[in-house]
Parts: sequence; C-alpha cells; structure tokens
Amino acid sequence: MSESSSTRLSVFKTYKLYVGGKFPRSESGRVYEVTAKTSSGGKGKWLANAPLSSRKDARDAVVAARKAFGGWSGATAYNRGQILYRVAEMLEGRREQFVREVGEAEGLSKSKAAAVVDAAIDRWVWYAGWTDKIGQLVGGANPVAGPYLNLSTPEPTGVVTVVAPQDSSFLGLVSVIAPVIATGNTAVVIASEKSPLPALSLGEVLATSDLPGGVVNILSGKAAEMGPHLASHQDVNAIDLAGAGAELAKELEIAAADNLKRVLRPQPVDDWTADPGTARMTPFLETKTVWHPTGSLGAGGSSY
Amino acid sequence: MASLFEYAPAPESRSVVDIAPSYGLFIDGEFTEAADGKVFKTVSPSSEEVLAEIAQAGAADVERAVKAARRAFEKWSALPGSERAKYLFRIARIIQERSRELAVLETLDNGKPIRETRDADLPLVAAHFFYYAGWADKLDHAGYGANPRPLGVAGQIIPWNFPLLMLAWKIAPALATGNTVVLKPAETTPLSALFFADICRQAGLPKGVVNILTGYGDAGAALVEHPDVNKVAFTGSTAVGKRIARTVAGTDKKVTLELGGKGANIVFDDAPIDQAVEGIVTGIFFNQGQVCCAGSRLLVQESIHDELLDSLKRRLSSLRLGDPLDKNTDIGAINSAEQLARITALAETGEAEGAERWSPECELPSAGYWFAPTLFTNVTQAHTVARDEIFGPVLSVLTFRTPDEAVAKANNSQYGLSAGIWTEKGSRILAVAGKLRAGVVWANTFNKFDPTSPFGGYKESGFGREGGRHGLEGYLDV
Repeated sequence: MSESSSTRLSVFKTYKLYVGGKFPRSESGRVYEVTAKTSSGGKGKWLANAPLSSRKDARDAVVAARKAFGGWSGATAYNRGQILYRVAEMLEGRREQFVREVGEAEGLSKSKAAAVVDAAIDRWVWYAGWTDKIGQLVGGANPVAGPYLNLSTPEPTGVVTVVAPQDSSFLGLVSVIAPVIATGNTAVVIASEKSPLPALSLGEVLATSDLPGGVVNILSGKAAEMGPHLASHQDVNAIDLAGAGAELAKELEIAAADNLKRVLRPQPVDDWTADPGTARMTPFLETKTVWHPTGSLGAGGSSY
Repeated sequence: MASLFEYAPAPESRSVVDIAPSYGLFIDGEFTEAADGKVFKTVSPSSEEVLAEIAQAGAADVERAVKAARRAFEKWSALPGSERAKYLFRIARIIQERSRELAVLETLDNGKPIRETRDADLPLVAAHFFYYAGWADKLDHAGYGANPRPLGVAGQIIPWNFPLLMLAWKIAPALATGNTVVLKPAETTPLSALFFADICRQAGLPKGVVNILTGYGDAGAALVEHPDVNKVAFTGSTAVGKRIARTVAGTDKKVTLELGGKGANIVFDDAPIDQAVEGIVTGIFFNQGQVCCAGSRLLVQESIHDELLDSLKRRLSSLRLGDPLDKNTDIGAINSAEQLARITALAETGEAEGAERWSPECELPSAGYWFAPTLFTNVTQAHTVARDEIFGPVLSVLTFRTPDEAVAKANNSQYGLSAGIWTEKGSRILAVAGKLRAGVVWANTFNKFDPTSPFGGYKESGFGREGGRHGLEGYLDV
C-alpha cells in the first residue's frame, strides 16, 4: 500500500473565480501562470493557471453583487454576524490547506504561514462580532430642538469594489473583505495579482458558510485591467484601493468621481495583524437621519 | 389673491444695516484689495440695485490667504480646546446680538424673504456656532479616539442659497477641531461672509484663523488645487463636486461634498391633507426652492391625488410673492439672472416634454429676478423635470399606488439627499424611511434643520456629514 501510494499522482485543483455564488472560469477563456514565491522572494515552482479575468467578468460580478445587496443589507445584523462566524469555522477546518497555499504564495515557512492563517481566521471572528455593534457606535439619537425623535443610523453604501492588497494575499485580503460585508455591503474583489490562489480558495470557504451568493465575488487577474472599469462603473458605490499602487490609485480615484463613489485611498500597512479598529468599516457606511414626530404636550394644547 | 385680503406693506427697516460702498478680501485679519485690483458688483436680486463693490480674489490672493491660514494654524491648533470654545461661543453670541442686521443684509443680498432669514437662517447660524463651540474641549469624547488631531488648513466653498448658514456649517466645526479656514462665498452673495469677518474681529479671533476670499469659481478652483490645503469642504452643484473629486485624486486631502438633490416628498392616503399641503409648500417653496434638499418631486398616492392637488393649488394661490423685506412675503426673488434663466429653461423643457404646467395668478415685480410658484402634473419618471435638479420653485407631481412603488420611484434618482413621508402610521414612517436611499428623511415635516442632526447625501448628492458629532469627522485626522 505504501508503495502504490508513493507513486500516486495527486489531483490538481482547477482554480476558478467566485461570482454570484458559482465558480466560473473567466468568460475570456484566458489564464495566467501562478508560481510559488521562494523564501528569498524569487520565483518558485508552478502552482496553477489562474483565470485572467476580463472586463466582462468584472461587470458580471457587479451584477451579482447588486443582486445580492438587497438581501444582505436587509438581513439582521445578528444574522450577518452568525454567517461571518461560520466563515471562521469553515476556515478553521481547512486550516492546513490555507497554511500550504499562503506559504507558497508568500514564501513563508510553515510556522509563519500558520500564524498568518490563524490571524485571518481570528479576523473573521472579530468582524463577526462587529456586525451588531457598529450601529450603536456610529449612530444614535440626536437631541434636536423640537418635537422629533431624530435618529441617525449607519447603512451600507452598496456595492464596493475592493482592490485587495498585493503582498498580504490572505490576511490582507480577509482584512479588507470582512469589514465591507460585515456592515451589509456586497463586494467585488480583485485578488492579489501574483498570489491569487488563497483568495480563490477563500471563495470555496465562503460558498459553504451560508453566505448568500453574490455577497462576495472574487476575481483574479490584473487590477490595472479590471480596475478602471470597476472604478467608473455606474452601479458601483465605493472602491477600496488598498492594493493599488500610487499611480493606479490616482487613475482609479479620478474614474470613481464619475458617480462620486466613496473612495478609500491606499494606506501603508506595516502589520496586518494589528488591531484594525473601525477604520475599514466606516468609509463604506452612509448615515441616514430620520426625523420622526413625537408630538408634544404643552401649554399650546396637546398634539400627540 | 388681492381680492380677499389686502395686506398693507410691512417692510423691515433697511436702516439696521450699513453696507459700505466697497469691500476687500479678508486675509490675515485685514481687509485688503485683490492682488490684481479686480472687483465685481453684488446686486440685490429683488431690485437689481447694486449693493456694493467687492474685491475679486485670484490665484495670488488664494496663495496669500492659505499662507495666512497656515501661519495661524500652529497656534490655533495648540490652544486648549476650552479657549477655542470660548472664541466660538463669543461668535455665537455676537451673531445673536447682530441677527436683525444680518437677516436684513442676507435678505438684501440673497433675495429670500426676511421671514426666513429672521426665523430660520439666523437662529440656525447662531445655534450652529453655539453647538460646535461646546465640542472644542470635548473632542476626546467624540468617538474618534484620544486627542484627535485637526487636519490643517481647510479650503471651504459655499453656495449662495443659505450664505451665512453654509458659512456656519463650514467654519464652526473646522475651528472647533483646531483647523484654520480659507472660505470662498458665492459671487452673488458675498456680503454676509464679509460681515462675518467683522464679527471675527469683534470676537478677537486671532489673525489668519478665518480668511474670506470673495470671488468666482476660478478662485475656488485655485483653493481646491492649492498643495497646502489639507481639507476641502464644498457645498454646491454635483457637476462641480465631481470636478473637485477628480482634482483631489491622488492627494492626501480630505473631502466632504454636499451636492445636489431631487428629494421625493411621499404623501400616503392616510396623511392629514392640510398638514401635508403645508409640508409640500415648505418642501419646495422655502427659499424659492433654491435648496439642495428641496422636496422637488411630490409622490402622491393615486387615490388622493385630485383632492391633494386641489388643496395645494388653493394654498399656492394664497402665497405672497414680492418684496423680500416685507414681513408678509412668502416667496422672494430668485438669486440671480443666471439662475432664473436656468429655472425658466427647465420649466420650458417640462412643457415641451408634455407635462402639464400650472401657476397661480401671480403678478411679478418689474425689476429683479422672479419666478412664480409652478406645478407640473402628468409627470413621468422619464421627464426632465422629474430627474434634473431645477433649484427653483418648481414642483413635479407623480403618483403611486403601493408603498413599494413609492419607494422605487423615490429611489429612482442619481441623487439621494432628502425625502419626506406623510402618513399617520408610525410604523409606515419607519418602514419606508428604512428603504429610502437618502441621507435625511423627514416624516410629517420637511426642511427642518438642527445643529445636532447630521446632514448629507447618498449617491451623487455627495459624501460626508455636516452637523452633529458626525460633522467633526470631516475635520479630524481620523
């Protein structure tokens, strides 16, 4: 038995996109070669042919994200929290797979890759707990001078394009996706160009975590190719430029002005394990303020 | 409606305000001419009378003003918050003391009725400074972490529809958080900002903390582009807002934009009709409809359409249009010839596209810029008058049958600033409000403002909030 298993050929995985809860190939039929990163940062062995997504794939992803927005933003915060926690549970079960993939993607030793994956799992748990707390933190009643209950409530802005970090292919990725969906937005994510495999595998985790299809859509390929179309897309409400270089970020921010998308500019992140705070959630929240009459009882007669 | 009641004229006295023949830019605590000596005239839109000659800022003046603001920033931001607070409290109190004068001034320069400047604009201006004054020494408790830092020099550009109120919305939170300011008022309404400069002098505000640059769009553009400006706050059109968003791309400048709107005012069949009619009038004819959050689309439930329209027309027939200084005036002048031309053109488009136009019998004064209150019925969502912001006293009436249809129609807009809901049912208010993609939703009221209440839009109505605790964020490095 040991002889036969040592000669057994392993089964490769075809890495595919994650769009609308399904796993399509790029409609363009294009792929690009993904290689491992060696510990010295050089090019290592062949890992897979990842889909090289096209403009059409990006547009399909926006349609899927828009379709999912009503249900996801309308779900209770508690429900969203449960689902984000479920993502952590599913990831924990696939820990070994991600340790291998992240190690290959980022040229990390097994122990270092394990630390990254653990931090990413814990990040889902962190944001799972935020879904039903952020509203109390950034919303509330305002003491207006009149007979009104004046209530400010945060609401998700809509479909958010996320240019995922280029170097931190998994912890960075999770750190930019989770805050966007925790607050009820839906996301179109452009994975790290050189290291897209952990992101594509995350799609498989999300698909089995009760996350409705279309809430997160993951594309592999070139940010410089898809980015401009998503940045100027009229049905996208916001863009997170985390993984865009300075030049691309400026180009995308200009394109985003076409329909006044909310833009989160790239900020240097030295350490993705640091406490993320709320700074990645609030840029994708709108504040709605409702003036509800309370009536008043007073000398002028009662009205209530 | 001259037939039923004749009102004797009841004009507010102009003598309470003393307008100088000419004004300079306010830079570094001094009034100064523009570097190139250019001036422009500001006129009273209700009479076309020239009120004063105003210095016209150019790029060189922007440079001077930003430098002055930068110099002042170090000391101002280092002041204890409690000291900054006291300056702002002083300003709030002086505004209250001078509110009669400022109301008359604003009415003269803007054309809006004295009833509005006296009862809405000025009380809100003073309240806004009073509110943010109190924040200056409490920023640690504002929810942005300990010791949140100001951004630096804020470049602020404001519109002509609520000149002094927009100034207050911009300057009060900026100063409370420790920023210094270069503010450009609109070219058609420069006066109240220049009077505010005098209030800064009376309050003993350190030189350079507030700088006022009167002028045109080129000065505003130079301010937005200036590399030493850390924050851009703009209230105005969506087109200019987009230009600003492109200009600041790739920089570290923080931006808040408060732009156009096409607010839906939704009247359900259980709404008290008379109260709703008053709210509709407030929604679209307050300030001659020159309000970004105006309720310019009336969505009325089909079953009460005829009854509501009859009441509305009756009410419009009793509105008094004329001398803005008259205390009985409901509808004042349009702010400028340019704006009047825009409103006129859009109303003509409405007719040409087949909507039905109606105005009450209404005599327009011979001098000045005037537009009668106007209704369009038989309007569909495809009509220009249902889509474009008109920024004038023009209401488009559409109908709906179910709450879902009302919500869908209300949200069918590039804008998302305001909305109104009229119903007796509290749960319906909250259910519908929850589905509207708009930053401010008024239930059984409209166009209510309060310094504690965050204001700002969804979608192409801009981003960021002004007012309340939320309004601090745009001026803090958080």
